[in-house]
Amino acid sequence: MTDPQLRLAPPGSALPGPAARRHPTRRALIAGGLAITGGAALGPRLTRPADTPAAAALPAQADVAVGAARLPFYGPHQCGVETDPQAHATFLALDLAPGTDRAALTRMMRLVTDDAARLTQGHPALADIAPHLAATPARLSVTVGFGPAVFDRDGLAARRPPSVAALPAFGGPDRLQDRWSGGDVLLHVAADDPATVSHAVRMLTTDTRRFATIRWVQRGFRPAAGTLPAGQTMRNLMDQIDGTVNPRPGSPDFADVVWARGNPGWFAGGTVLVLRRIRMILEAWDAFDPGGKELVMGRRLGNGAPLTGHTEHDAPDLNAVDTLGLPVIDQNAHIRLAHATTPAERMLRRGYNYDDGPLPDATADSGLLFAAYQGDADTAFVPVQRRLAAADNLNRWITHIGSAVFAIPPGAPGPGHYLGESLLSS
Amino acid sequence: MTTNPPAFSPRSRVFTRFVVVVALALAACGSRSDSGGASATSATTAPTSASSPAASQVTVSDAWVKTTQSGMTAAFGTLTNLTHHKVSVTGASAPASGMVELHEVVTVNGVPQMRLKQSGFVIAAHGTHTLAPGGDHIMLMNITQPITAGDTVTITLLLSDGTSASFDAVAKDFSGANETYHPGTSMPGMTSSPTGSTAGGTMTP
Repeated sequence: MTDPQLRLAPPGSALPGPAARRHPTRRALIAGGLAITGGAALGPRLTRPADTPAAAALPAQADVAVGAARLPFYGPHQCGVETDPQAHATFLALDLAPGTDRAALTRMMRLVTDDAARLTQGHPALADIAPHLAATPARLSVTVGFGPAVFDRDGLAARRPPSVAALPAFGGPDRLQDRWSGGDVLLHVAADDPATVSHAVRMLTTDTRRFATIRWVQRGFRPAAGTLPAGQTMRNLMDQIDGTVNPRPGSPDFADVVWARGNPGWFAGGTVLVLRRIRMILEAWDAFDPGGKELVMGRRLGNGAPLTGHTEHDAPDLNAVDTLGLPVIDQNAHIRLAHATTPAERMLRRGYNYDDGPLPDATADSGLLFAAYQGDADTAFVPVQRRLAAADNLNRWITHIGSAVFAIPPGAPGPGHYLGESLLSS
Repeated sequence: MTTNPPAFSPRSRVFTRFVVVVALALAACGSRSDSGGASATSATTAPTSASSPAASQVTVSDAWVKTTQSGMTAAFGTLTNLTHHKVSVTGASAPASGMVELHEVVTVNGVPQMRLKQSGFVIAAHGTHTLAPGGDHIMLMNITQPITAGDTVTITLLLSDGTSASFDAVAKDFSGANETYHPGTSMPGMTSSPTGSTAGGTMTP
């Protein structure tokens, strides 16, 4: 009966009070039922509020803003990268069938692009298997990537962006498993509603089934729309504010850090994605004291401020020492080692929580899907991860169990074009 | 809510649907053999040129065709009449098909059946006409080569004013629209290869 969410409703909220919401009157239930019946009978006309008295019971437009929101699909870059991350993401790696040559891959990309162009705008795909599920785009994005093996296909070897290759062995926390690693083609499907993601994934896999099998599926989540103030950095499942240092979508800085400038030429406007599945050893982390947790990271748990500052976005003072002359931010603190030492080491770091547990022994199977976007992984993710793997204090409580690299091609400029065209067409 | 009858009771909707699918398959075969000769909508009377000056009087959007290895399949989309007067589609042709017909699905004795649409597809002035699984569609028979997912199939419509309109339909795997295939139904000339309906189907992209 108790509902913590209701009890936590803020004082002065415009919503009905907890008591009213917990005990809807019989009359209200009947009115709701009438509205639903009316909707089934009248269909789209109900979007005009004056049509029927029952329509008064429909939610106001603002209440469905999350479901109705759309991201543009066409453009110089693929959607889903320069975007405030949606609440739900599915990363899906495909292995192309032996018969899927360059021509077949082109056909597959045309189908995927057409599905994405329609679904992101709230329209059913062609031959949609469940067209009504397409009505709530909820900022749906579909982002496609090509793994290293794609460039083994007819005549594409010279077009492989140099860092789209097997990553070096980092040692340290690496416990990589095949089941979470590699892949020929990535489909990154994200939206603020999980049913929207589910439908898009199902439509896309229906259309790719001829061409490829599923290598792995990884699902992640971030705070739901309306959960945190806009722009507030999310918290990961270790209770840490995660993702503070990042270029802001829409800024020149973002373009500088994320978008490839053209090596090779077809890749201009694309980006390199490194996706790591980082398992958290939460039971051990739970046993650690809060002060120790803050020293491991170099940030406060409460607000994410560096130990040398007061608010989250204060720049950490890596040279500060305490009264004993010891560094305030430890030599092996996570934020010190993750800090970019050159502009080329910068990247867009995007984390998605995952929680596939608990396991039968009641321990967690949780962690972070860490997505790093950069123009060139060899100058960004790779050197930073070398430092972290060698010495990061946090390594005692995490293991990297999955790893994949994809070239995210530039966007489709408009209808009639397809994702990957600049690679595959000429 | 009323309780559902057993799924396979002859009175149940599920049973009726099952019968409908078989009926559609039978109807597909029937019309194929029945219309083997000259017909009002025979593709042979359609102009083959896609560059007719009046070709833009009717446009086709959201066009797709169900994949098939052989035999027959169907094309769907939305026809839009850009003119001030009623236009009828009276026939169609496609290089991928030896014979193209305009079909409709009508309910006879409570059971939907597919058949040749004698009137063609009539599009009101500035109106649209939807071709969809379970409704009007363009039937492609005697497929000349496999139509594979992502292929483009060009179809030319013959219009009532003697002009034509060509469009490209993208081929999609689709487990519905089973006019051309149903397990356990074996008829000469029908495809015996599932298209999108079986996950384990041949992987020949």
